[in-house]
Parts: sequence; C-alpha cells; structure tokens
Amino acid sequence: MSTHAENIAAASKALRQVSRVKPAEIVFWLAALATFFFLPDQYLLLNEVVITGLFAVSLDLVIGYGGIVSLGHAAFFGFGCYFAGLLTKFAVPDPILGLVLAGIATGALGFVTSFLVLRGSDLTRIMVTLSVGVLLGEIANRMPWLTGGADGLQGVAPGLLLGRFEFDIFGKIAYGYSLAVTFVLFVIARRFVFSPFGWSIRAVKQNALRTSAIGIPVNGRLVVVYTIAAAYAGIAGALLAQTTSFVSLDVLAFHRSADLLLVLIIGGTGYLYGGLIGALLFKLVQDTLANFTPEYWEFWIGLILVAIVMIGRDRITGLPMHLARRLRGASA
Amino acid sequence: MLTNLFDGVAYGMLLFVIACGLSVTLGLMNLINLAHGAFAMAGGYITVVLVNRVGVPFFAALPLAFILSAAIGLALERTLYVHVYKKTHLEQVMFSIGLVFMAMTAVSFVIGSEQKFITVPAFLDNRYEVFGVSMGAYRLLIIVVCGLLAGSLQYIIARTRFGSQLRAAVDDPTVARGLGINVDLVFAATFAVGSGLAGLGGALGANLLGLDPTFPVKYMVYFLIVVAVGGSAGMTGPLVAAILLGIADVSGKYYLPQFGSFIIYVFMIVVLLWRPQGLFAKVGGR
Repeated sequence: MSTHAENIAAASKALRQVSRVKPAEIVFWLAALATFFFLPDQYLLLNEVVITGLFAVSLDLVIGYGGIVSLGHAAFFGFGCYFAGLLTKFAVPDPILGLVLAGIATGALGFVTSFLVLRGSDLTRIMVTLSVGVLLGEIANRMPWLTGGADGLQGVAPGLLLGRFEFDIFGKIAYGYSLAVTFVLFVIARRFVFSPFGWSIRAVKQNALRTSAIGIPVNGRLVVVYTIAAAYAGIAGALLAQTTSFVSLDVLAFHRSADLLLVLIIGGTGYLYGGLIGALLFKLVQDTLANFTPEYWEFWIGLILVAIVMIGRDRITGLPMHLARRLRGASA
Repeated sequence: MLTNLFDGVAYGMLLFVIACGLSVTLGLMNLINLAHGAFAMAGGYITVVLVNRVGVPFFAALPLAFILSAAIGLALERTLYVHVYKKTHLEQVMFSIGLVFMAMTAVSFVIGSEQKFITVPAFLDNRYEVFGVSMGAYRLLIIVVCGLLAGSLQYIIARTRFGSQLRAAVDDPTVARGLGINVDLVFAATFAVGSGLAGLGGALGANLLGLDPTFPVKYMVYFLIVVAVGGSAGMTGPLVAAILLGIADVSGKYYLPQFGSFIIYVFMIVVLLWRPQGLFAKVGGR
C-alpha cells in the first residue's frame, strides 16, 4: 500500500521527468544557432521561418494546450505588426522597447477578445475568431491615413539594436535578433507549460467539467493562456515589421491564419517544438513550390492539407517514433 | 427604402439556397465544412462556361448547374468526406480549407482570376414599378425560385419519408441503422443535394455576388452566419437568418457605406455571445 506522501512524491517525480530538458532539445537549439553562422545567404528565409515558428508556438498555446480551435490568429499577428510598425515609425525607434510595447498591447487585445471565445462550441469559436480577424483586416483597410491601406506601411526604420547594431540589408542582425527573441520566448513558454499552472490548463483541455470540479477556474485559465498567446503572436508580428521595415494588409489576411494551422498540423500540436519544426518544413515547401509554380502553389498546400487529414495526423507525427522503435528493435 | 428591402430579400434568399445544404451538413451532421462555398463557385463557373462559351440557354443551364454540382458533391462525399465525419473539428477545418485552396487555384488556373459575368436573357434586365417599389426582374426571379425551393425543402424534411429518415440518421446513426435505414446513403444523398443547391445558388447569384476565384473565402463567413444564427431546427431558422442577413447587409452598405461589412460581423459576434446555439435553436435539443 502506497501512502499519500509516496503518491505525491511519485507524481512530482513523473512530472519533473517530463519537464526535464532532453538532449534532443539542446541539439535542436545548437542546430538553430549553427544556421546563424553557416547559412549567411539564407538569412531572409530563415528570418521568416523563425518568425512563423514563434507565431505557430503562440497558436500551439491556444490549440494544443488551451484546446480552442482558432481560425483568426492572424488578428494578433497583424495587430502586433501594425502596432510595432507605427510605433517605430512615429514614436519609439528602439526595437526592443517597441517589441515589449507591441507584446503588451497585443496581449491587452487578446485579453479583451478572450471573453468572446469562452462560450460555445468549436463552431462558435471558429466563427468568432474568424470574424475578429476579418474585422481587424477591414479596419486596417479602411484607415489608410494610419495604416497606408492597400499600399502598406512603408519606411519602418528601427533604430540601433541594443544601441550598437544596425539592421543590415543582408538580414544578419535581423535574423540574429529574431532568433534570440524566439529562443527567449520559447524558454519562457516551456517554463510556463510545465509549471503547475500550465498542467492545469492541459487539464482544462482534457475535461473542463472535471477540472472545474477539482476547483480550477476553467474560464480564468483559458483567459490567461489566450492572452499570453496573443502577446506572443503580437511579438512575432512586431519582429516581422521591424526586420522587414514594411507592413502590408497581408499580415491580417485569412490565408495567414489558415497557413498557420497547416504549420502547426505539420509539426504537431501540444509540445511547442511542433510550431518551430512545422514552420521550417512549411517554409521550405512553400519556397520550393513558389519557385516551381509562382501563381498556383496554394493548390499544393491545399493538397497537403487534405492528404494529412486523410492519412491521419497521428500516423504522420508518429512515424519517426515508429521508425526509431523499429530500428532499435532490429538492432537489439 | 422599399427597394432596398426588396434587394435585401433577394440577396438573403440567395444566401439561403446556397447555405441550406450547409445547415444540414454542419448544423445537423456536425461536420465543419468550410468548403461549402466552393460548390457554389463550381455552380457559378459551370453556368458561365455553359452559357457564355457553349451557348446553352440560361434557363437550361440552371438545372445543369444543379446536377453537375450535386455530382461533384456526391463524388467528393463518397471518396473524401465520408472519412472525415468522425474526425475532430480541427481536422475537419484543415481538410475543408485544403479543399478551398485547391478549388480556388484550380479555377484561376483553368478559367482565370478575373471576375466573370453570366449573359442572362435580356428580359431579366427589366425593372417593374409596383407601388413605388422598383423591382428588377432578375431579383424577382431569384426570389420566386428560391422561395419555391425553400418551401419544398421544408416539406421534404418535415413531411416525407426521406426527411424523417434523415432526421433519424442525424439524431442517432446507430439506432437508425438498426431500424434498417441506410444511413450512408441518406448522408450521401443529403450531401449531394446540398452541394447541388449551393451550385444552383451560385449560378443564380453569380452576377449579384460577383464570381471570381476568391468566392469561397469571401462568402465563407456569410454562409456560416446563416447556419450559426439560424440554428439547425428545420429550415425556417436558416431562412429567416439569411433574409435578415441579406437585408442588413444591403441596407448597411447603402446607408452606412463607411462601415461596410462591419455591421454584419459585429451583429454575428453579438448574437453568438448572446445565444451560442443560434437564434432559433430548439431548446434542449442537440
């Protein structure tokens, strides 16, 4: 018979084991760092990959942890993008301060809109998030005096990074900056999801009724995770505005939310790395397809989406594990 | 004023005919199918090709648009959708967005990305003045056709043997199978008819709604509103919702052009917050 204290000890040991930093994670980030030194001609693409990755991590917090199917996550990305762009252009040229302010502002927007997604079924949530996204796009489109409308917001020129480094045309500083910000935010997100608070959010996703029965405020947890995710998406958008010196209406477009879902599905939900891996694969595929058929690459993206659902996500994300097990079995 | 109302009703009727298939698949069968607009687009382009290139008369092209869209719907249901009914909502969203992307690019590849118009018979350009209301013949035609369709749909679902089989299959597929209802067949037929009606609506509405490859995304929210606001208890809810939506959108764009489509989205968010199951949902039902 195990005692109560033993049970608690076993449970906390198991939790600590799950949250331990694994060797593969260290290898992953070392490889990311290596790209900064060894792939100088790919900085622009890599910068996009990292920003999309951070954006996807944000969506993973909403879908993979919070269990809220969102089809309008670009709203936060675009908001952060415009906010940082305008801030840099008219008020605060310092990139890091701009990033923080954009994160706070987008987080505030996320907090306010989070109350819209608490109620209702998946369909209601999909429609509400979709509508918020379309609404923001309309607003940006209708305020050309502020946002530049269809021409986009041009001349976003951030100041020196940390007062020392100037953003160069090769994108070296830009990529280093995005990578560093993404790494820091990723570490924070990782701490967050493995904290007791983070576990309680996963409990909400698995069974909201039971979770509320053991005394965890379900809606409060969802508000928090949605707000944090919005801030992350806003920071990702701000990175894009600062590193490309340009904001277009495209950042709020529907296809951006849809593409992001694909990124997350390719990488897998609910373990944070899925966003980063998915972003890398997605951008590589997109780049290849866009070179191959500049106008019609979306067709193949659509085909991939359909194929993934038809084959089954578990079978795809489980494939590496399955192969690893087969190899280990064969060698033993 | 009344003319706006008339236009709004015509527009709403059109939305209803396109979306009523969705209100069955999504509202009753609980399948999140964001690709429904693609069937409407298919119907529109089929008519464009038939009327403008082949020279089929407009009124002969309409039934063909229905049949061909229904055939496309049936083929997709049997090969793809049938595997998606049981999947999670997230996967249904992904799947149907994928279909939308494919449909959009396929159309702009085959036909081109510019807006298309259907050449309609000249008498449909007439306008009639009745008690000071200026009514376009084309919109009158839409109202008549869509009104007849709405009535017969309500009759089929509420009164016929097929309608009760459908309702049984939706409520509890297992028991329905046990009673000897061929659930797969019922679903497939429903899906095909829904797609066909969407295609017919797309064909009728091509000149009114604007037909280009972005059609499925542009009107996705509208179709979803009809279903979400209208609820899924019968055809009356979606019909009322669609007409309200049509009137609100037309008069909103006319009287408050600076707000454009804001009104619609804000209205929908408010309704969904107020009654997440839709305005006309049956109390206590699924």
